[in-house]
Amino acid sequence: MRKVTFPHMGHSYIAFKMLMEDMGNEVILPPRPSKKTLDLGVKYAPEFACLPYKILLGTYLQTAEMGMDTIVTSGGAGPCRAGHYAHLHKAILHDLGYNVDLVCFEAPKKHPIDFYRKVQKLNSAKLSVLSIIEAIKRGWHKLKALDHMEKLSHKIRPRELKRGTTSKVYKMTQLWLDEARTHKEIEEAEAEGIKAFNNIPQDPNREVLKVGLVGEIYVLLEPASNLEIEETLGHMGVEVERSMFLTGWTRDNLGKGTEELISVTDAAKPYLPELIGGHGRDTIGHTVLYAKRKFDGVIQLAPFTCIPEIVARTILPKVSIIHDIPVLTFFLDEQTGKAGMVTRLEAFVDLLRRKKQNTKLNQAAALS
Amino acid sequence: MAAKVGIPRTLFYYVYFPMVETFLKELGAEPVVSSKTSRKILDDGVREALADACVPVKIFFGHVQDVKDKIDFLFVPRVVCLNGRTIYCPKFLGLPDMIKHTFDQLPEVIDTRIDVRDDRFAVWKAFYMLGKKFTNSTAKIFFSYNKAKRVLKLYHKLLKEGLSPEAAMNKLKSKDYNIKPNHQSLLKFAVLGYPYIVHDKYISVNLLDKLNKLGVETITLEQVPLNIIKNTKTDIPKDMFWTFSDMVLKAAYHFFNRGTVDGIIHLTAFGCGPDSMVDKYMELKSKNHPHIPFMSVTIDEHSGEAGMYTRLEAFVDMVKRKKEAVNNA
Repeated sequence: MRKVTFPHMGHSYIAFKMLMEDMGNEVILPPRPSKKTLDLGVKYAPEFACLPYKILLGTYLQTAEMGMDTIVTSGGAGPCRAGHYAHLHKAILHDLGYNVDLVCFEAPKKHPIDFYRKVQKLNSAKLSVLSIIEAIKRGWHKLKALDHMEKLSHKIRPRELKRGTTSKVYKMTQLWLDEARTHKEIEEAEAEGIKAFNNIPQDPNREVLKVGLVGEIYVLLEPASNLEIEETLGHMGVEVERSMFLTGWTRDNLGKGTEELISVTDAAKPYLPELIGGHGRDTIGHTVLYAKRKFDGVIQLAPFTCIPEIVARTILPKVSIIHDIPVLTFFLDEQTGKAGMVTRLEAFVDLLRRKKQNTKLNQAAALS
Repeated sequence: MAAKVGIPRTLFYYVYFPMVETFLKELGAEPVVSSKTSRKILDDGVREALADACVPVKIFFGHVQDVKDKIDFLFVPRVVCLNGRTIYCPKFLGLPDMIKHTFDQLPEVIDTRIDVRDDRFAVWKAFYMLGKKFTNSTAKIFFSYNKAKRVLKLYHKLLKEGLSPEAAMNKLKSKDYNIKPNHQSLLKFAVLGYPYIVHDKYISVNLLDKLNKLGVETITLEQVPLNIIKNTKTDIPKDMFWTFSDMVLKAAYHFFNRGTVDGIIHLTAFGCGPDSMVDKYMELKSKNHPHIPFMSVTIDEHSGEAGMYTRLEAFVDMVKRKKEAVNNA
């Protein structure tokens, strides 16, 4: 039996775990990235590789110790470095003496045969094609439910009466969804989750700021890599809207592309008309859209040395001035500490509050 | 008065400048190149560019700052793909945008997009757009373009013979195409890296000359014939996405497999994204070829002359001793 692992990216592991198990593989669950993971990754990764690369390498090394023999991950066609991650990971692991196998999925539309072969490689239970499609559908359903739970947590956390309730409920809903195995169970778990979130006591009068989160996908999706920025902001009374979720990303990149993607590309056009890989253009586009939707601020998260985000960051100050929206950027690396980040966030949130009050006063003065 | 077109002396300058120069001169425009990289240019670049950007991009910003007040147009094409296969680094793709949104009071930026995957004649179209700014005659543009292409071919031939870009450009001007044969040296190193680092004397801390002084003959990327690079197979399932990186990595594989050099030096810049991958692959490959010593040198805005010289000396000494030991055995 194959012992598979995959990158730990937010809560998506819950859905991937079910999919891999349904296909008859043993899953070595990737541990939540910790200091130890990062230390391992930093030790063996190239110095200027970006943070996600180092975290993933650390994850693979940890799971290899636990007996993992197959890595399941995604490729890419560039120009972002992420497309080369998997093969270099494999080369480094082999060099260190771990004889692991790699199943690296490329875009199914461009390489359909390659995609089919790789699916069959993972099909240890010898499922029929129809059952595989069914399993993928179930995984997708679960992923959507998980994303829904996360969105609710962003909305309710800044309004909760007792600090920490939302995070607790959110963890519980993840557990429920982890246990759900059929479409019906997933639906039930989702409905239960929504109910639990709505039962959290909230303060309706609280002044809540709205901040958009933009940036690179891995550091956006994995709370361990961005030092739980969403939770920290939530506790400061800030409602977060994240520009990216795994389900939305998959639809944009592997399917036809949603209307949202088109509007983002359009919004970015005056500043960055070229697709520069990664999420550089999305970062610009989403910032413009958030400004138009009258958000109070935008926070950009990027791994250190991330090429597309550096381009975006160079252009963002202009966007910030033209659209009158404050933007704060974090370049995350293995040296980033939580205390430093919290201090910067507090200062930023103070600034946003004052700006909002000033605009309100000015409006009131203009009216009277 | 002739229109002045500014061209930063970095990045594509080392590969394509003679073509642009000939083209502009034929049309009666005046190409204005920024000064050679210096402390001042580097400092300007570090100030203007984002702290997290790589050294070559910072230098580019410095060159733009140097030239921007002397010109009517700034020529920064958005070069996406030239060979139909590989593209350029994302930072190159976003270059015109980064420039436009960083500097105030820029002259008009000519940022034609060149992508031969969409359009086989993209290069000609880009030059046509450029030429239209100076003349209305399509025929004149066409002839200038063809002449520029011929000059570029000659320039690349000179580079292949082992001339540095500077020497080759001087040769083109003097119309004397004879090349003195190189004297034979004891050692031969391949110095692999992107043209804008290897041939920028300031930022590479004069690495090539230093090696020559130590009695080492150097081979750079330009001297490796393109068809060899194209036909070299790597054991990596995917080619590098980025043109220069692809070339450097394949050249490295070529030298490791053939064993025609005594040592390989990879010259890379601090913060270079693609190089983090290229360098690791080279390092892994060098483990399979222990008889060819490999060194990776990272340069940044603080690289010191003395430190670099010591490292090179130590490396050369080591290779020399190794070679003597093999010869004596």
